[in-house]
Amino acid sequence: MRALLAFVVVLATMVPAARAAEEIVLGLSQAEVSITTNFDGSEILVYGAVKRETPVPDGPELQVIVTVAGPSAPVLVRRKEKRFGIWVNTDAVEVDLAPSYYAVVTSGPLGDVLKQVEDLRHGITIPRAIRSVGAPMSITDSPTFTQALIRIRKKADQYQLIPGGVTVDDQTLFRAAIRLPAALTEGAYDTRIFLTRGGNVVAQYQTTIDVRKVGLERWLYTLSRENAFLYGLMSLAIAIAAGWGASAIFSLFRR
Amino acid sequence: MLIYLPIAEISVNAFLLLGLGGLVGVLSGMFGVGGGFLMTPLLFFIGIPPAVAVATEANQIVASSFSGVLAHLKRKTVDLRMGTVLLIGGLIGAALGVMVFNYLKALGQVDLLVKLCYVLFLGVIGGLMFFESLKAIRNTKSGKLPARKKHNWIHGLPFKMRFRVSGLYISVIPPVLVGISVGILAAIMGVGGGFIMVPAMIYLLGMPTKVVVGTSLFQIIFVTAFTTMLHATTNFTVDIVLAVLLLVGGVIGAQIGTRIGVKMKAEQLRILLAIMVLAVSGKLAFDLLVQPAELYSLGAAGEH
Repeated sequence: MRALLAFVVVLATMVPAARAAEEIVLGLSQAEVSITTNFDGSEILVYGAVKRETPVPDGPELQVIVTVAGPSAPVLVRRKEKRFGIWVNTDAVEVDLAPSYYAVVTSGPLGDVLKQVEDLRHGITIPRAIRSVGAPMSITDSPTFTQALIRIRKKADQYQLIPGGVTVDDQTLFRAAIRLPAALTEGAYDTRIFLTRGGNVVAQYQTTIDVRKVGLERWLYTLSRENAFLYGLMSLAIAIAAGWGASAIFSLFRR
Repeated sequence: MLIYLPIAEISVNAFLLLGLGGLVGVLSGMFGVGGGFLMTPLLFFIGIPPAVAVATEANQIVASSFSGVLAHLKRKTVDLRMGTVLLIGGLIGAALGVMVFNYLKALGQVDLLVKLCYVLFLGVIGGLMFFESLKAIRNTKSGKLPARKKHNWIHGLPFKMRFRVSGLYISVIPPVLVGISVGILAAIMGVGGGFIMVPAMIYLLGMPTKVVVGTSLFQIIFVTAFTTMLHATTNFTVDIVLAVLLLVGGVIGAQIGTRIGVKMKAEQLRILLAIMVLAVSGKLAFDLLVQPAELYSLGAAGEH
């Protein structure tokens, strides 16, 4: 009887362990980014712990990958070519969906923390985050257009790959600083955290960071979309008033 | 001090924009040009999206030209009658120009056409003006009086009108035609058209240089106000925060520019404008001829 009870107790403790060996408990330094008039970029701290009911498994060390993706939109990539002695836009490829911002921060070199097949499954690295279905028949080298998109956005700090940006303590606590640039689009920023062992994803967690304009920025943006005529008149009124004001002030100085 | 622009969706240095606005404002007050042909490329350079730059620039030009016109009105160097005639032509031309622009857009390569337009017109106008003013300066130095053609075929046309401020008694047909052609070009090239209008008034209509600047600014106000409204209601690309930063610098610059312009001789003013126009033309030609560092560029989907 006692042996049976002991067996039941063991079974009961094993059930949650079988459901998920390691779970992510996450915190964000801010779940909302407010774009105000003096906004010049922001840094978000993503931190968390690994919850587990069993001891740390043997084998390869736990690695963490954090990705943050801005709202996606189609992008037209154009290429210049020399025609009749001058450089003109010739070929163009439409990339179906590309995030306006994308950051991948990992706890080690990308090749060590993530297997290619897992990248394909979860779409983690920058090229995997961009969806490009097809190019016109006339263009045979469409991958170079996607590469150009990544290159241009990386240069503008809109796409970031930071190996070693996540610190992991005792395979349990982790934290990463995500740098958001000043040129930020509004929207829900998808934030994903992956735990990997030996390149295989063992757990993942998803949340969103809300980026929105507030105060004057919000008011002007809304007015320009919803009441464009009034917004246009307001712009002109400000222009005329400023022109008149400068003239009046200067003629005061002359007297 | 960084300021976030709500429509352009980027952060920029406020003092940089004030400075740019001031610089272009001085030129605007001196030469009677809106400054769009200078400011728009500068805004591209600091990372403002092209559509926002072009639309906001129009709004800023309204402010600096209004400030400039007020300064000129006090000196009675605005020919309101001539300005109105040019403006009527200009608005007709702008409407035609928008149609031409949309037709070319459907054909593709509108970017290239705009750039070639710039190089060609800036180059030809700048070159002609440069040599003419050089000759005028030499003539004044050697004591010769400038030979003003009193009568040519323009004076034989009907519908004559007296333009007292300009000291002209000519047919309204040439000014209306000048207005229309400048309007077409302005709509295609996305500028106020001052740099074409000023030489056209001096050389085609024979207006005195002092009157030309104020009159050109007068008609630019209306053309750019029209453009601003068009952009604000159809493309939603007028960034009011950017415009305010630029125009605060611009209106002050325009006042200073007007004062500099009044103190200078007409030939000197013309030769400086010619040099500036030639420089911009040269820069654009250079960009077309030399291989760019990045062959690829990004654009919003749908605008092929």
